[in-house]
Amino acid sequence: MLKGKAFKFGDNISTDHIIPGRYAYLRSNLPELAKHAMEDADPDFVCKVNKGDFIVGGGNFGLGSSREHAPLVIKMAGVSAILAKSVARIFFRNAINLGLPVLICDTDGINDGDELEVDLAEGTVYDKTSGVKLTFSRLPEVMLDILEEGGLVPYIQKYGDFKL
Amino acid sequence: MGKTLAEKILSLKSGGDARAGDIVIAQVDLAFAQDTTGPLTIRQFQAGNFKDLANPGKTALFFDHAAPSPNRELANDHRLMRQFAKENHCLIYDIGSGVCHQLVAESLARPGDVIVGADSHTVTAGALGAFATGMGSSDVAVVFALGKTWFRVPESIKILISGNFGPGVMAKDLVLNLIGGIGADGATYKALEFGGEGLKNLKIPDRLTVANMAVEAGAKVGLFPADRVTKEYLSRQKRSEDFRPLSADIDASYEKTVNINLTALEPTVAQPHQVENTAPARELKGTKIQQVFIGTCTNGRLEDIATAAKIMKGRKRYPRTRLIIAPASAQVLLDAIGAGYIQTLVEAGAIIMPPGCAACLGLHQGVLAGGEACLSTANRNFKGRMGSPQAFIYLGSPATAAATALTGEITDPREVI
Repeated sequence: MLKGKAFKFGDNISTDHIIPGRYAYLRSNLPELAKHAMEDADPDFVCKVNKGDFIVGGGNFGLGSSREHAPLVIKMAGVSAILAKSVARIFFRNAINLGLPVLICDTDGINDGDELEVDLAEGTVYDKTSGVKLTFSRLPEVMLDILEEGGLVPYIQKYGDFKL
Repeated sequence: MGKTLAEKILSLKSGGDARAGDIVIAQVDLAFAQDTTGPLTIRQFQAGNFKDLANPGKTALFFDHAAPSPNRELANDHRLMRQFAKENHCLIYDIGSGVCHQLVAESLARPGDVIVGADSHTVTAGALGAFATGMGSSDVAVVFALGKTWFRVPESIKILISGNFGPGVMAKDLVLNLIGGIGADGATYKALEFGGEGLKNLKIPDRLTVANMAVEAGAKVGLFPADRVTKEYLSRQKRSEDFRPLSADIDASYEKTVNINLTALEPTVAQPHQVENTAPARELKGTKIQQVFIGTCTNGRLEDIATAAKIMKGRKRYPRTRLIIAPASAQVLLDAIGAGYIQTLVEAGAIIMPPGCAACLGLHQGVLAGGEACLSTANRNFKGRMGSPQAFIYLGSPATAAATALTGEITDPREVI
């Protein structure tokens, strides 16, 4: 069970909101890069977020660049999962490949600051603040397996290949 | 039931009957990374203890996003990539070669290929009939090691093209209209497949512009059939042997069809800060622009530079509007020099950048200050992309960009041609 507070964002949060291209020179210095997570969407995000908290987006979260540094800095900030109505496909795959769960559900009823409980096995999000329980779409089997191993590289290290 | 282009290619490369919704493992014909995603790709390759590249001759590293390196940190990243290429004998396209997607089109992509790149605009090679898509560093590192990856076979949306462009209207206006119509998530997880009698009027440079921006509608790929236009292009690139005809089956199944009549299009601009936020250029007249940028994998080809040169010939840029031009590859630069376009543009007040991504992503060669507005021929206008998050980015065609450089405000090119 994952527990934490919701940080709510709107639709179309791009990879440039999450980690702007202007910080590309820090991509081989991840601790420094991570200080800028979500900077162009909420400049104080890194100061406010606590380990286990959730990013709650609207539609088309993570659109734009293929930079894996986007889900990476979110994970490094301590976020335990991303919830959104829809997620851009490269970001989706990158997050799972790093072992960061991405849950597709109707996030309209979740407000900034709500206390959430996520049950990955059951596929549910319980909003303790509003009392509402949501279900999220099940991931394809291959993504569940990758998540289970903590990411794509450990998954391939374990199995030596993709298993379908 | 027949197959879409995406289903055909993924069937061939997975050795099975790939249908929309299936998960398949496909052999990869080309895998690459560039200088802002390459270092993490290399580190993931090393983290996985992968010893060898599956196919060194089908693995490439490109130096384009920050090239030549603008600071120490990126110089170190370049060094890491050069070292990896040397040790693993993969293809390397060092600074000055050009933008990865242009080089892939010129030299590497073949109809029917599966191509993955650690860059979202890898979709560009769909113009040549390649199932080409962007992935992150972990995925590409694993392709480097195994030579294959998994895909969910996408549903396809058919884009039926008819008619021909009017004066001052370009492929960029077509794709901006498409994204404005279906939205920035209008094709998420899906393939855009282009067809119709109007395709004969879209040459490969036009198709590259359109396929390049498929990802701005969320698409996994933007696929064109491989036809006579493709054959002519590969022949000009001295790659006739790489051609094979490729088309979707007549009875293939599409999620929906979108009709676009080229004749009805007009010069179009995407306004800050979303690509889907489009408007006719004429409606934005009066919007002051401090920098015009012509280049990138979207619009840095010879035809784009030729369009700008023809509009600006014998004229000068507006004094308070900077004009930055970056040819998409060394071949484009040489051809533009040979045709006299570079001379014309420099005489008009342009600054010429080395082949590469230049100002597109805010790392160097034209970073924007707060409050400034740029009319760019690139593919993204997200807040903060070109420098200050307080800057404003408008996207348009090379014709609109050149017209805007002349007047200092967003200008419909039909006013100046």
